[in-house]
Amino acid sequence: MGILRFIAARAALGVLTLFAVSILLYLGTQLLPGDVASALLGQSATPDALAVLRAKLGLNEPAYLRYLHWLWGVLHGNLGNSLTTGTPIAGELMPRLINTLFLAGYAAIIAVPLAVGLGILSAIREGSLMDRLASILSLAAISFPEFFVSYILIVVFASQLGWLPSLATVYDGMGFWDRVDATTLPAITLTLVVVAHMLRMTRTSTLAVMSAPYVETAFLKGLSRSRVVLSHALPNALAPIINVVAINLAYLVVGVVVVEVVFVYPGVGQLMVDAVTKRDLPTVQACGLVFAIVFIGLNTIADICSALANPRLRSRKRQ
Amino acid sequence: MSAAKNDMLLQIRGLRIEASNGAVLTDGIDLDLRRGEVLGLIGESGAGKSTLGLAPLVYARAGCSITGGEILLAGQDLRKLDTNGRRSLRGVRVAYVAQSAAAAFNPSMTLMAQVCEGPIRHGLMNRREAEAKAIELFAALDLPEPKTFGQRYPHEASGGQLQRAMAAMAMSCQPDLLVLDEPTTALDVTTQIEVLAKLRELIHEHNTAALYVTHDLSVVAQIADRIMVLRHGKMVETGTTNDILMTPREAYTTALVAERKAAMSGHGVAEAARGETVLTVDDVTIKYGPVTAVKNISFTVSRGETVAVVGESGSGKSTLAYAAIGQIEAAGGAFRFGQAALPPSFKKRSLEQRQRIQLIYQLPDIALNPRQKISDILGRPVAFFEKLSGAAVKARVAELLTLVGLPLDYTERFPGQLSGGQKQRICIARALAARPELVICDEVTSALDPLVAEDILKLLKQLQDELGVSYLFITHDLGTVKRIAHRVVVMLKGQMVAEGATSDIFETPPDDYTRKLLLSVPEMRTDWLDEALTRRDIWRAGPAALPA
Repeated sequence: MGILRFIAARAALGVLTLFAVSILLYLGTQLLPGDVASALLGQSATPDALAVLRAKLGLNEPAYLRYLHWLWGVLHGNLGNSLTTGTPIAGELMPRLINTLFLAGYAAIIAVPLAVGLGILSAIREGSLMDRLASILSLAAISFPEFFVSYILIVVFASQLGWLPSLATVYDGMGFWDRVDATTLPAITLTLVVVAHMLRMTRTSTLAVMSAPYVETAFLKGLSRSRVVLSHALPNALAPIINVVAINLAYLVVGVVVVEVVFVYPGVGQLMVDAVTKRDLPTVQACGLVFAIVFIGLNTIADICSALANPRLRSRKRQ
Repeated sequence: MSAAKNDMLLQIRGLRIEASNGAVLTDGIDLDLRRGEVLGLIGESGAGKSTLGLAPLVYARAGCSITGGEILLAGQDLRKLDTNGRRSLRGVRVAYVAQSAAAAFNPSMTLMAQVCEGPIRHGLMNRREAEAKAIELFAALDLPEPKTFGQRYPHEASGGQLQRAMAAMAMSCQPDLLVLDEPTTALDVTTQIEVLAKLRELIHEHNTAALYVTHDLSVVAQIADRIMVLRHGKMVETGTTNDILMTPREAYTTALVAERKAAMSGHGVAEAARGETVLTVDDVTIKYGPVTAVKNISFTVSRGETVAVVGESGSGKSTLAYAAIGQIEAAGGAFRFGQAALPPSFKKRSLEQRQRIQLIYQLPDIALNPRQKISDILGRPVAFFEKLSGAAVKARVAELLTLVGLPLDYTERFPGQLSGGQKQRICIARALAARPELVICDEVTSALDPLVAEDILKLLKQLQDELGVSYLFITHDLGTVKRIAHRVVVMLKGQMVAEGATSDIFETPPDDYTRKLLLSVPEMRTDWLDEALTRRDIWRAGPAALPA
C-alpha cells in the first residue's frame, strides 16, 4: 500500500514538473526577439501584411491565452501546425521520434549492460589491470568530442574496412536488420560517450558500500568476493547507479544532435535545430516538450526504482 | 564439562599484527583455548582485543596484516591456508558476532536470507534444511514468532533482537569457535541481560568455544571461564575469571577491577538540605511533530548539586537536555532559571541566560573543531562572554587549562594531538569558560574507556567542589549515577517514573521499572547473572513475590 502511494505521489510530481517546464518552454520561445509574423515575412514585411498575419496566427491575443490554447491543443494530441510547412507538427515529429528512440534504445542496450557489468567487475577486482584499463579507456572515450569519435569510427569501419555504412540513412518500410545495420556506427559512438559515467558511478558506489560493517560480516561468513559484491554491496549501491543510468538514457534521447548531424540521421534533435534556424516556434516547442517528457519520465522511473530497491523505503508507510 | 573440554581447540603463539604505517597492534600474544571454553579478552580501546579476536578467522581489518606467529586450530596452522582454505574456515569452523548488529546486517536482505547464506553457500545444507535450522535457532534464542521472524528486514527488528539474530547467524554452521566482539555493548542494560543469558545458554548447549571481546569486566565475568587482560597490544595477565576479579596480580588489572568496584560501591549521599534552586523544570512536554518525546516532566536542580537523568535509548533524556539549553523548543511547560522563566528557544534568551547554562557533548572528537588550536577553542568563549582581549584572554585560558588539569603548553596543540580523555577535558574547560552556574553533561563519559571516564568523573566532582557549579547529568550508566549524582530522575518512554535522592532511589526503588533497571546492571561476580535471572523470573511472576 505504502509503495503505491509513493509511486502515485512521485508520478504526480513528475506531471507537475512537466507542467512547469511547459510554461518555461512557452515563455522562452516568446522571449526571442521579433515575432513569428516578422520572421515569416522577412524582407516582405509591410505593416499591413504583418497585422494581417498576426491576426491570422492569433498573435494579438495576450500571451497567457495563447499558452492556454497551446496547452489545450497539446493535451488533446494537437501540437499545432508547423509555420514553415503549414502541416501538423505531429505528423513530422512522430517518425523522427521513433527514429530517435530506436537509436537511443540501440545504444542503451549496448551501453547499460556494458557499463554496469564493467563497473561491477572493476569493483570485484579493484586495482587489477582490468580495473585500470576499463577506467582509462572509458575516460579516454568520454574525453574526445562526439563528432571526433564519430569521424574516427567512420574512417575505420566505413572507409577502411567497409563493414558498415557511413551514413545512417533510414526510410519508411525499412527492414529491422537493415535499420540496425545503418544505425550501428552512431549507436557505438553514443555508447562510447555514455559508458564512462555509468561505469565509474557503478564502480564507486559499489566500492563505497564495501567498507560497510555488513560487508565485513559477509566476508567473515566465508563468502567469495564476487558473492559479497553482487549480493551484499550492489543491492545497497543501486540507488545512485539507477539515477546515473537514467540521466544517461535521457542524454541518449535529448543530447544526440551532434551525432545525428554527423551521420545525417533524421531524429528529433535535427528537427529541433532546423526549426530554431527557421524560427518555427511551434515545432521548437513541440520538440522541447518531447525532450522534457523523456527527461522527466526517465527520472521519475529512476526515483521509483531506487525506492523499490530499498526495503526501508519500500515498507516505510507500513510501520 | 565432559572429556571434550580437555582437547585443545585454539593455540596462538607469538602473534604479531601490524598496521601498514608500522604500528604494532598486537605483539607476542600466546593464547590457549579448549573446546567448550570461553575466554574473555578485556582491555581499553586500542588494546588490540578486537584485532586479536579476528585472528582465528585469519582476518585483519583494512590496512593491517598478521605478520608473525602461529594460529593453530585443532593443530592446523591457519596462516598457511590459501584464500579458498580461509574462506571455508570462516563461518564454518570459526564464526563472528559483531558489536553492532544493526550495522552488521545487510539492510536490503531479509534476516532469513542472511542467516541461511552461510550453510547454503558452504554447501552444508540446502535451503529447506538451512531455514529449518534457522527457525530452530530463532526459537532457542527467544526471538518473537520464530517461524516468520526471518522474513523481517533488519530495520524491522529491535537492537536486542538483531544481536540475537546475529548469534543465530553465527551458529548456523555449528562452528567450533565463536568470536564475540562486544556483543552487548550497544544495548540498553535491560536488553543486555537477556542477550547475555541467551548467548551463554547457546554456548553451553553446543559446547562451542568462544572468545568474548569486551571492555566491561562485569559483563565478561558472567560468561567467561578465563580472562585475558590486554593493554597496548600486549598481554598483561591471564587467569580464571575468579582469580582476575578477586586476586589480580598486575597493577593495571587491579586498577580496572577497582574502577568497576567503585562503580558498584555507591555514592552514599543522604538527602541534605538542598541549596537555592538553580533550574526548575516545570511540567515540560516536548514534541517531535505528532510524537511526544517528553511528557510532563517536573524536577529541580539546586546550587552545587548533581542531578542525573537516567533512561535507556529513546527515553527522551537527551531531548530534555537540549530543550533546557533551548536547542529544541518545549511544546508545553517551562524551564525557569532562578526566578526568571527561560524562553523556549535559545534565540530569544539573553546573552546572560545563555552564559549561565553550558553544555558538554557526548563525543569530544566531534565537539572540537579539528582545525582550531586549543588557544582558539578556549579563547573564543572567553573573549565572547567576558569581553576580554589580548593578554587577559591568554591568562584566562591558562587558568582554565589548570582547572581541568592540563599542561599550559597545550594551547598550541590541535585537538587531533590529544587523547580522548584530554579532549573531553578541553570540552569541560570550554563550558567553564562562560562561568556557568549549570552545566549539562550529555553522556560525557560514555565514549571513554573506563579508567579515563573515572578520571573525568573525579574532575567534574572536584570542579563542583571548587566552583559550586550544578550539573544536569544525562546518562544511561547507573554506575556513573551512583558515583556522581546527588539526585536521580528516571525516565521511561518520555515520562518520569521516579525522582529523588540517589541513595533513596538505589536502596528502595519506588517503581517496577527502576527496580528492573537496577537489577540489570551487571555486578563484578561470576554468579550475578544467575541471580539476576532468578530474580527476574520471580519478578515476572509478580512484583509482590520479589524479596525486599
